[in-house]
Amino acid sequence: MTTREITYLEAVREAMSQEMRENEDVFILGEDIGVYGGAFGVTRGMIEEFGPERVRNTPISEAAIAGAAVGSALTGMRPILELQFSDFITIAMDQIVNQAAKTRYMFGGKGKVPMVLRTPAGSGTGAAAQHSQSLEAWMAHIPGLKVVQPSTAYDAKGLLKAAMDDDNPVIFYEHKLLYKTSSNVPEESYKIELGKADIKREGTDVTIVATAIMVHKALEAAEVLEKDGISAEVIDPRTIVPLDKETIIESVKKTGKLIVVHEAVKRGGIGGEIVGVIAESEAFDYLDAPIIRLGGKEVPIPYNPNLEKAAIPQVPDIIAAVKKTVRK
Amino acid sequence: MLKNLEIPSMITEKKLKDLYKEMWTIRYFDEKVDQFFAKGMIHGTTHLCVGQEASASGSIAVIGGKDKIVSTHRGHGHCISKEGDINKMMAELFGRETGYCKGKGGSMHIADVEKGNLGANGIVGGGIPLAVGAALTSKMKNENYVVLCFFGDGATNEGSFHESLNLAAIWNLPVIFICENNQYGMSGSVKEMTKIEHIATRSEGYGIPGKIVDGLDMFEIMNTVHEAVEHARGGNGPTLIEMKTYRWKGHSKSDAKKYRTREEENEWRAKDGIKRFKDALIDAEVLTEEEAKQLQEEAKTSIEEAVEFAANSPEPSIERLEEDVFA
Repeated sequence: MTTREITYLEAVREAMSQEMRENEDVFILGEDIGVYGGAFGVTRGMIEEFGPERVRNTPISEAAIAGAAVGSALTGMRPILELQFSDFITIAMDQIVNQAAKTRYMFGGKGKVPMVLRTPAGSGTGAAAQHSQSLEAWMAHIPGLKVVQPSTAYDAKGLLKAAMDDDNPVIFYEHKLLYKTSSNVPEESYKIELGKADIKREGTDVTIVATAIMVHKALEAAEVLEKDGISAEVIDPRTIVPLDKETIIESVKKTGKLIVVHEAVKRGGIGGEIVGVIAESEAFDYLDAPIIRLGGKEVPIPYNPNLEKAAIPQVPDIIAAVKKTVRK
Repeated sequence: MLKNLEIPSMITEKKLKDLYKEMWTIRYFDEKVDQFFAKGMIHGTTHLCVGQEASASGSIAVIGGKDKIVSTHRGHGHCISKEGDINKMMAELFGRETGYCKGKGGSMHIADVEKGNLGANGIVGGGIPLAVGAALTSKMKNENYVVLCFFGDGATNEGSFHESLNLAAIWNLPVIFICENNQYGMSGSVKEMTKIEHIATRSEGYGIPGKIVDGLDMFEIMNTVHEAVEHARGGNGPTLIEMKTYRWKGHSKSDAKKYRTREEENEWRAKDGIKRFKDALIDAEVLTEEEAKQLQEEAKTSIEEAVEFAANSPEPSIERLEEDVFA
């Protein structure tokens, strides 16, 4: 496969464009996704290629556009819904939680809802409390939804292909600060199976399970720790539903220590679920130290840059947690 | 034949007779369900459309097999009118494996996707955006079907109503919004909860036609919905139709109906849509009294058979609990 370096944002756009060229049933709808190119520029150029029928610019009506996605999916289309900020899922909640997620089960296994809800999440842009949240644990709690959080351009393209091929509603969280990051990405279309974690760095002393942007912070921490003689393994679950429990369990059995880190508020976050998986598994017997969870503080995301940074885990927090756990 | 009857051309004499029987099927179905709930023979909850048969039967009479409907929590009538299988419906209410949803959905989630019934819905106003999506598919795939989207007066105060009508209007989608105004959203009278006299006047806010219909007059319903369907098929977009009707029973089980008077109930009962349809059909010499009686009997018998089918069906196996979450 021919690869070249492109950004995470370009990878997302390329995955969508390639799929739309292949499959007439795939279309995208959302606010300002037409000539504006979307709030973050992800769909830039797409309306020029695919036209306004398949790149549908919508009014500011999150409930209706989410429901239109669900209804069109139920009747044979494969919509991609772009929600401008992941915080706005609150306004589309009925359609996602009560309709999309439950339709097939309520109908006794009839009908399917093949849709992808793509949405930018996370803090770091100074957009404050209503435009910076990480609410993925809410979605992960709902049976019937799959939840994806790519951390690299390569993963974003392959996971989005898998999400678009999936016959179920998939919530696809794109981290705003990752849009401009790059990696080597194959030109052709490829798929990364949902539910397969990626070991981003192999190590022997401690397992760090990190999601989305925290994968990069964990890798940075691992570099520093290596100089101190600590070998950290960094696991990126990539999808939190389905969750690749096996890869995490195997890693903890090997290292005997676990740090879980995510940007979302720690209380009720997905980190608790991951820790629960370990506590209930045979890996529990291999633990040499208490597990440490790192997550966002229990505050709305503040505006001031220093406060904003302090509200979520940073590289020194991960290093400190590892050192406390490893005690070499 | 069919003298003095102004009806859409696809409505044949046979269809009129079928509709008469169908209305009785709906009424007997829900009366039977009411009895079972009263006796505690089925659990959960249900919402009965006794008295509202005409808005379901008359509306769905003028669409075809490939057209679709989106229903509500008060949806048994819609399902029956959209060629629903009453055996599977009754079995679903009994929570049985042979029910529409294998016993996993119950009254509020009966759907028949293959027949174009995209489902009842437990969320007030929850189905309206879905109807817009289904109509979008029709347009994008050139399938030329229309979607009848049913909802009650209560749903028109939900944000989803506003967002959906606007979206369907700007995209000219083939969807007909049918508000069955049965005067109450649970205990909330439409007079108390809205400051307008006719919900249909809200159509002006979306730049689409609005029609007010006597929801107990089958002929007015058929003609108005037919016109809206033709309008939609012609690529002219949605219509909002308000059907003034009345639910004879309470909102769901255990409703003492303290929010309305017995006098009011009796006034509406006197306007019974089934009786009016029968009188008109006899006047037009489509039906005789004897035939009418026979069709009514047949409807009653079919419900007894549905109960028999449901009662003799197996319970779903516990092993099936975790199936059907994902496709």
